[in-house]
Amino acid sequence: MNRFLIPLGIFVVVVGFLGVGLTLNPRELPSPLVGKPAPEFSLPQLHDQQKVLSTNDLKGQVWLLNFWASWCGGCKTEHPVLIQLAQSGVVPIYGMDYKDRREEALAWLKEWGNPYPIVAMDESGRAGINYGVYGVPETYVIDKAGVIRYKQIGPLREDILQTKILPLIRELQNQ
Amino acid sequence: MRWLYLVVVLLFPGLAAAAYEASPLAENPQVEARLKALAVELRCLVCQNQTLADSNAPLAEDLRREVREMIVKDMSDKEIIDFLVTRYGDFVLYRPPLKTSTTLLWVGPFLLLIGGATALVFALRRRQRKLTEVSLSEAEHNRVAQMLSEGANRP
Repeated sequence: MNRFLIPLGIFVVVVGFLGVGLTLNPRELPSPLVGKPAPEFSLPQLHDQQKVLSTNDLKGQVWLLNFWASWCGGCKTEHPVLIQLAQSGVVPIYGMDYKDRREEALAWLKEWGNPYPIVAMDESGRAGINYGVYGVPETYVIDKAGVIRYKQIGPLREDILQTKILPLIRELQNQ
Repeated sequence: MRWLYLVVVLLFPGLAAAAYEASPLAENPQVEARLKALAVELRCLVCQNQTLADSNAPLAEDLRREVREMIVKDMSDKEIIDFLVTRYGDFVLYRPPLKTSTTLLWVGPFLLLIGGATALVFALRRRQRKLTEVSLSEAEHNRVAQMLSEGANRP
């Protein structure tokens, strides 16, 4: 009896580890930037290239920074969620058009709707590197002091919004 | 002349690709050598099992450009690696540093080795204990000798 118990025990442990491993998403890496000041940027605006969107303009409020692009499939998936959040007026979502062509980005927003008060253009992808972006869409929750409080990798979903992001935003707004 | 170029490219597609890949090398061989040495130690975040040197993902290209610029600015390897780690975390390193969160990663294989060796020693000892000396009686001994000699006489 004992002879079979040990291999069975090892088997159960290995299956346990593999089972947990299967449910993890290898694309979701913990960001070292959560809890750190949001990297500063000062970039031309998509709708008016003469104007600039800068992190300094956004201090003193809780805001979301959403990296997206017209070439990004996941961005279309999350788009209805962003539109709804923007309409609720709970929090401003600033857009960062990541490594995109201006005309295509403008056309994309025209076709699917624009949830952003202002969109900045990160043509070179440098702001993306500073924020540790490795796949759009990515969304950052930034507090009144300009500190990153949460990072969403991949499309925003309604359930993540309700269970994680909205409660966090309410808490941060009350601080 | 354009058709000739086309024919050459079609016949030797490697040539065109090689010419494209090698273009930044010519600019400054020292910078490229350092970039290459660094890039094999860094992981591409998009295709996670490729190094920054191997990957063709747009992000990897951007990061190589960024690293190249830092090399030109004469930053040390440590500064460059810190730049990437503060943005992407330890995951960009193919050799993660030894700290509390990575202890199991570093010590795990040795623990398994020690565990396996201990189990082996115990199993061998147990088997040794099970072996008992058996001696043959005179009659049995004669019978064995007889059977062996019969076997030897067989054609």
